[in-house]
Amino acid sequence: MAKGKNRMSAEVNAGSMADIAFLLLIFFLVTTTIASDKGITMLLPPKPDENTPPPEVDKNARNIFKVQINSADQLLVEDEPLEDVEEISVMAKEFILNFGRPDEANQALFNSLPASLRAQALRADNSSDHPGEAVVSFKTDRGTSYELYLQVLDEIKKAYFEIYGERVGLSADEYRALSTRNPGERELIDRGKENIPMNISIAEPSKAGGN
Amino acid sequence: MSKFKKKTGTSQDIPTSALPDIIFMLLFFFMVTTVLRETDLLVEQKIPAATQLQKLEKKSLVSYLYIGKPKNAALYGTEPRIQANDAIISVDDIFRWVTEEKDKLSEIERDQITISLKVDQEVKMGPITDVQMELREANARKVLYASIKKVDL
Repeated sequence: MAKGKNRMSAEVNAGSMADIAFLLLIFFLVTTTIASDKGITMLLPPKPDENTPPPEVDKNARNIFKVQINSADQLLVEDEPLEDVEEISVMAKEFILNFGRPDEANQALFNSLPASLRAQALRADNSSDHPGEAVVSFKTDRGTSYELYLQVLDEIKKAYFEIYGERVGLSADEYRALSTRNPGERELIDRGKENIPMNISIAEPSKAGGN
Repeated sequence: MSKFKKKTGTSQDIPTSALPDIIFMLLFFFMVTTVLRETDLLVEQKIPAATQLQKLEKKSLVSYLYIGKPKNAALYGTEPRIQANDAIISVDDIFRWVTEEKDKLSEIERDQITISLKVDQEVKMGPITDVQMELREANARKVLYASIKKVDL
């Protein structure tokens, strides 16, 4: 019996396997969009109850930090026109940390703050009494662009996160990255915002210049 | 003195037989992490940038609303519209949509539903306010304004 040619290599040529895999890899690399659920969180106010009239606002004007935007995207902060959006976070921070007339509990809060934050308290008469009382009021028009709305909201949030972060010795970015799932980080979060509520009030927009 | 002759028989090739395995591993990683977009966008989406972004902890609680100018202007006009899941809906339908989304969640999680508003940056505040009023009405008060990280220049 004549022997067949079984001298031929029985292996499959796998040299091009890498190329094929590379091709697939590049396809997936290009098509992948790592889904990101990031953004600015807000808690809307509860729905108005018809049976109860809207609560009377008896806050002192000095405790309200007013930000208004009209339909032409012009800013009015504390009744003064403002060009640069980025100034809002500085102004809001000054306002929140003013400690004009703190009561006893808030004097204790003031004393518990780190020195760097205490130094920022201007104690001006015409600004907020203490952080618990301070409210940032933000009013837009129906014609205001969403982009500017988000920028301003971003600045207001920045003011608060900077305060929270500084209180626990972190930067605003580090503070925001903390996760509530980790007990140690959760404690830091709670310690940062304790007694300094994020009072952002978004007023119902006026009707001018919208659709 | 040729007792210690230099061995010159070493191969110069790098063994590449493990290369496909490594590449396959990477490939599988990307295949697993890839989420193919489950909805077709019917509205334009250019998400505005911001700095103070927060990450959502639990993805199952999130429902998405897309707001923007319709891509198909002949069918839907040029005014900003709202897209939920795969269809364009009107403001009045939001209440029902939220209820449906809430029904998908378990009873304890129902109040924690978060609505991610993916809004095109060209949109004005008017339609957004209308949506927010409906969300308040439907008791879905947690809202996330989706945005991307601003790059400092």
